Amino acid sequence: MRELKSSHQLPIGGAIPAQSAAPPHTGGWRVGEKPGVQLDACVNCLLCWIYCPDSAIKIKDEAFWGFDYDYCKGCGVCQEVCPTGAIKMVAETLALSPFGRIGGESDAG
Amino acid sequence: MPVKARENPLSARMRLLTGAEAAAHAMRQINPDVVSVYPITPQTPIIQTFAKFVADGEVDTEIINVESEHSAMSAAVGAAQAGARTMTATASQGLALMIEIVYIAASMRLPIVMAVGNRALSGPINIHCDHADSMLARDSGMVQILTENAQEAYDFMVMAPRLAEHPEVMLPVLVGQDGFTITHSAEPVSLLPDAEVRRFVGDYRIPYPLLSGETVTQGPFAMPDYYFEIKAQQVRAMQAAAQVFDDLSEAYEAYSGRRYPAVEGYRLDDADRALVLMGSSAGTAKDVVDALRAKGEKVGLAQVRLFRPFPAAALREMLAGVSAVAVLDRALSFGGAPPLFAEVAAGLFGRTLSLSSYVYGLGGRDLFPEQIAEVFRELGLAKGPAQTRFIGLRE
Repeated sequence: MRELKSSHQLPIGGAIPAQSAAPPHTGGWRVGEKPGVQLDACVNCLLCWIYCPDSAIKIKDEAFWGFDYDYCKGCGVCQEVCPTGAIKMVAETLALSPFGRIGGESDAG
Repeated sequence: MPVKARENPLSARMRLLTGAEAAAHAMRQINPDVVSVYPITPQTPIIQTFAKFVADGEVDTEIINVESEHSAMSAAVGAAQAGARTMTATASQGLALMIEIVYIAASMRLPIVMAVGNRALSGPINIHCDHADSMLARDSGMVQILTENAQEAYDFMVMAPRLAEHPEVMLPVLVGQDGFTITHSAEPVSLLPDAEVRRFVGDYRIPYPLLSGETVTQGPFAMPDYYFEIKAQQVRAMQAAAQVFDDLSEAYEAYSGRRYPAVEGYRLDDADRALVLMGSSAGTAKDVVDALRAKGEKVGLAQVRLFRPFPAAALREMLAGVSAVAVLDRALSFGGAPPLFAEVAAGLFGRTLSLSSYVYGLGGRDLFPEQIAEVFRELGLAKGPAQTRFIGLRE
């Protein structure tokens, strides 16, 4: 368990200066399902990137790259807005290649 | 023989001002960055006077006219957080509507200065003075000052930013003046020169301003694992405010010649009976003490100016030789002890003396000198603790 700070160690007023913030890996809130992508069906419209409420769609060189599971809460909005059906919610336990690729090319990054 | 006017270096700066105007002059001299405000009787003449200073270009302040006091306080929180020295003003229902955000300002440690024209809370609706509005904010985490007259209303408005913004304090500060009795009554008030006020108040600094260019999260959610610690910081800040108030009071004396202890003992040295009270009635009560002293009665009073943090230790010390104390509250707590009485009783815990509770002046009812003399007379009678008595009430 992470060590909790005392009242003397905390900045006042509940403020959290950027450098002191521990990464809150809210992906742990995901229950049951996670998004995966069939990359060869992706047309790179980036609607998923626009709609994702947690900024969990990763982009590399202006192209869809995959999912950041540290922050994806599994809401499924990306699947809803994906016009080609490339994004599919799959079981959390399903093993995927890094960044959530379902088959297709393997991750090089 | 012609009478030559007495030379008084202060008289050059004496002005005939109401308490509301005096507070507005303090604001003019401080020149805050932002004042967000909504009008309400009897506070309105404060912001009305100040708005004229803004319109006349005497200050650089941005006045934010909002649609309610909830918004006034919310805008004040945003402005103070951004890095602006911020003030507001209100009374009664307005303070009631602000309360939700006052708690937030205090917990976010924003040094907002709030001028209040103390007024009864509805209902029935009433525009006149009592201290119910201040007492509603009692547990909000705001430092609270209650003044006796227009001069004090001015002086504490000048002192308030330094108290609020002290690095160990960083809390909102309420400066209350009794509605109408002080806000609308003109008295001679000595103003400090503008430059001296600016020098006394200094620059505005807060630890994490949003406009600093640094990334910071403000006002985040706190889970059970951190909420308590953040509250403990507020407890310490309030404790620190007591010492900062005393130091500031001393520093201000050097500027103004006027000294305001957190609780002032008046003719208590050999007193056997004493009153404890706050606000404008303390002035009336001092006259009564003088009159009774002239007849040889050993009476005195303790005037509480700083209600939060409450100066319990100083009060206990100054009442050490007194055998009977009456606490005069201008507010109620239905089904419990009136708020000032509760503080005094807690402060005097363990002392053997007669302690009685009186409530007076609700909804602006006058408190007359003979009624105060009657309280002193009742204190001289040997009797056990009684229920709170109501002065001037038709039972």
